[in-house]
Amino acid sequence: MKRRDILKLAGAGGVLLLSGTAAAGDTQGMASNDDALGVLVDTTVCIGCRKCEWACNQANALSSRDSKAFEDKSVCRKQRRPVDDAFTVVNAFDGRRSDGEPSYMKIQCMHCFKPACVSACLVGALRKTPEGPVTYDSWKCMGCRYCMVACPFQIPAYEYSDPLTPRVRKCTFCAERLGEGKKPACVEICPNEALTFGKRRDLVMLAYSRIRQFPDRYVDHVYGENEAGGTSWMYLSPVDFTKTELPALNSRPIPEITETIQHGVFRWFVPPVLLYGILGLSMISMKTGDQDKKEDDNGA
Amino acid sequence: MAHDVAAPVQAPFFTTGTRILAAIAGIGIAVYIFRLIAGLGMVTNLDNQYPWGLWIAIDVACGVALAAGGFTTAALVHIFHQEKYHPVVRPALLTALLGYTFVVIGLLADLGRYYNVWHPMIPFMWQGNSVLFEVGICVMIYLTVLYIEFVPIATERFKGRVHLLGRLSVFDRLIEWAITLADKTLGRVMSLFIIAGVVLSCLHQSSLGTLMVIAPTKMHPLWYTPMSPLLFLLSAIAVGFPMVIFESILASRSFKLKPELDILSGLARFIPVILGLYLSVKIIDLILRGAWVYLFDGSPASLMYFLELGGGVLLPLIILMIPKARGSVGWLFTAAALVIGGVALNRINVFLVAYTPLYATKTYFPSPFEIALTAGLIALLVLAYRAAVMIFPVIALPAGVRPMVVENKNKALAGA
Repeated sequence: MKRRDILKLAGAGGVLLLSGTAAAGDTQGMASNDDALGVLVDTTVCIGCRKCEWACNQANALSSRDSKAFEDKSVCRKQRRPVDDAFTVVNAFDGRRSDGEPSYMKIQCMHCFKPACVSACLVGALRKTPEGPVTYDSWKCMGCRYCMVACPFQIPAYEYSDPLTPRVRKCTFCAERLGEGKKPACVEICPNEALTFGKRRDLVMLAYSRIRQFPDRYVDHVYGENEAGGTSWMYLSPVDFTKTELPALNSRPIPEITETIQHGVFRWFVPPVLLYGILGLSMISMKTGDQDKKEDDNGA
Repeated sequence: MAHDVAAPVQAPFFTTGTRILAAIAGIGIAVYIFRLIAGLGMVTNLDNQYPWGLWIAIDVACGVALAAGGFTTAALVHIFHQEKYHPVVRPALLTALLGYTFVVIGLLADLGRYYNVWHPMIPFMWQGNSVLFEVGICVMIYLTVLYIEFVPIATERFKGRVHLLGRLSVFDRLIEWAITLADKTLGRVMSLFIIAGVVLSCLHQSSLGTLMVIAPTKMHPLWYTPMSPLLFLLSAIAVGFPMVIFESILASRSFKLKPELDILSGLARFIPVILGLYLSVKIIDLILRGAWVYLFDGSPASLMYFLELGGGVLLPLIILMIPKARGSVGWLFTAAALVIGGVALNRINVFLVAYTPLYATKTYFPSPFEIALTAGLIALLVLAYRAAVMIFPVIALPAGVRPMVVENKNKALAGA
C-alpha cells in the first residue's frame, strides 16, 4: 500500500502548502475607536471660497499653482472630482437657499471605518490608522488599482502620466500634521468654520445638536454617521442627501460580503484541505489495480 | 497509452498563418515596450473613473478562465482515472502553462509598478482580507505547479539525448543524471502536485468572481451577485473541455493530423451537464435577487446578458445534447467555440460592461494600443504553443505514425 502512504503525504503536504501561503491577519488596523478623529462638513456654512483646495495643494506639495488659481468660483459648478493633483474639490449644488445662491460641498476621501480600498489592497499599502486617517504607502503599492475599483465614493486617483513610479493619490487627512498635533490644512484655513475637526464621537453629537437647534436649516441626517459602516468625515446638508452628489449607501461596510466569502472559503483552511482530501481519496478509490503500473510509467 | 504516443510534431514553423501571427505579435511587443517607457496614461484609455480595462478583462480574467482545461483534464484523467482521455492531458497542460504565463505578462503591462509584482510573496505585506491577494498567491503557486507538471514532458524529450557542444560535453553525464533524478523524484510525488493544482484552480477561479463583489454600487444588477464566485468556478469548469476540443481540432487542422474524434466527442458529453448546472445557478440567482427585471429593459447590458447566456451557454448546450452533433468535427468545433466565446463574454461583461463609475462622464473603450497589445499577446501565445508542440512531446500521434525524422531531428536539436 505504498500509494496510500503517498496520498497521506499528499494531505499533509497540501496543508503545509496552503497554510504557508495565505495565512494572513483577519483584520488589520480596522478602527472603530471612539477616540478616532473626524471632520464635520457643514454645507450650509460653506461659501465655496476654495481656500481649502489651496491649503490642500500647499500641504501636500501638489503642483505649484498660484493661490489666484483657486479664486475662480465658477469651476465649482463643474462637478469636479478629486484627481491626482487635487485631493479635495468644492462643488456647488442646489441647497434651496432663499437668496438663490448655490450651496457648496467639499469632496475628499471619507476615511471610512471599514474602508473598501484597505480591504481590496493585496499588499497592505492602504491602511486605516486607529487615529482615523486611511494612509497610503507607495513603497508597497503594485499599482493594480483595485482600491479605485472598490472605493464607493470614487476617491482614489492615479498618476497615469507617471511611467515609472505612479502613485495612488487621495486625501491623507493630513496624517502627518495630525501626528504633530495640528489640524488638517483645510480645516485650519476654512474662514467660515464650515469644517469642524475633532473626535468623531463629539462631532456626531455636535451634528445632531445643530440639527435640533436649527431644524429648518438642516435635513435630519448626518451623512457618514452610518453610511458604509461609518466614515470619519461627515456631512450636514440643507437638502436631502439624495439631491447632493454623495452616493446613497446603507450602513453595511462595503467590503463585508467579499470578506465574508473570503474568510468562509479559508476558515481554518478547512475547505481547501477538505477538497484536497476528497480529491486524494477519489484518486485512490477510483483506481483499479491493473492501472497502477501504467500510472507509474507516466507522471504527467 | 499503448495506442498513442506523444511526440514532437514535425511541421514547418512558418506558414502564412504564423507569419501573420508573428506580425501581430511584433506590433504587440512594440506596444508593450512603449507602455513600459511611456506609462499607462499615454497608452491606455484608463482613467480615475475606469481603473480597469481591456487588459484586466481579457489578458487576465479571460486568460485565467480559458486556461481551465489544464485542471479539468488533470482531474478527469489523474484523479477520476478516465484513462481514455490521457492524450488530451498534455496539450491542456501546455495551454494552461502558457495561458497563465501570458496572464502574468499581461498583468505586468497593467500594473503601474510592475516591478513590485512580487510583493504579495513578502509575509509582512500579506493582506488576508483582499480577494486579489488570494488570487495573486494562488496564481503564483499554480503557475509553479504547472511548470513542475511539465517537467516530465521536458525530461522525456531530453533523457538519453544530452549532447552539449565542445568542452561542455563533459557535463553531459551530470545533466543526464540530474534529469533522471528529477524524473524519478517527480514521478513519485506528482500526484501531490496534480491534486494541489486542482485545489488551487478551484480557489482562484472562484475568487476571480469575488473581485467585483466589492463594488456593489458600481456593478449592474444582472452581474452583481454574491454567487459570483460559484458562477466563475462553474463557468471555468465548463470552458475547460471546450478549450481542449477547440485547440485539438485547430491543431489537427494546422498539422494535418486526424482529429481524435472518439476522445473529443467523449469529452463533449460532459459539457452539457456542466453548462446545464451553470445555467440553472445563473437563472436561479437572477430570480432570487429579483434582477431578472433588468433583462427586459432593452438596455445594452441586457442585450449583452442575453448574448452571453443564449449564445454562449444555451445554444452550445443544445447542440452538444444531440449525439450526431457530438460526432461531427464541425459541430463540435462550433459548440466549443460558442462556449469559449460565452465565457469570455461573461468575463468582459463582469469586468467592463457591468462596471459603471458613480460619476461617469464618459464610457470606456480600449485604445488602439490596448487592443494591439492584447492581440499581440494572444498571437504570441499561439506561436509559443506551436513552438512548444514542435519541441516537446505534447500532441499524441496515433501509434505507428511517429516518423523516424522526429528521432533524427531530436538528435540534431539536442546537439545544437
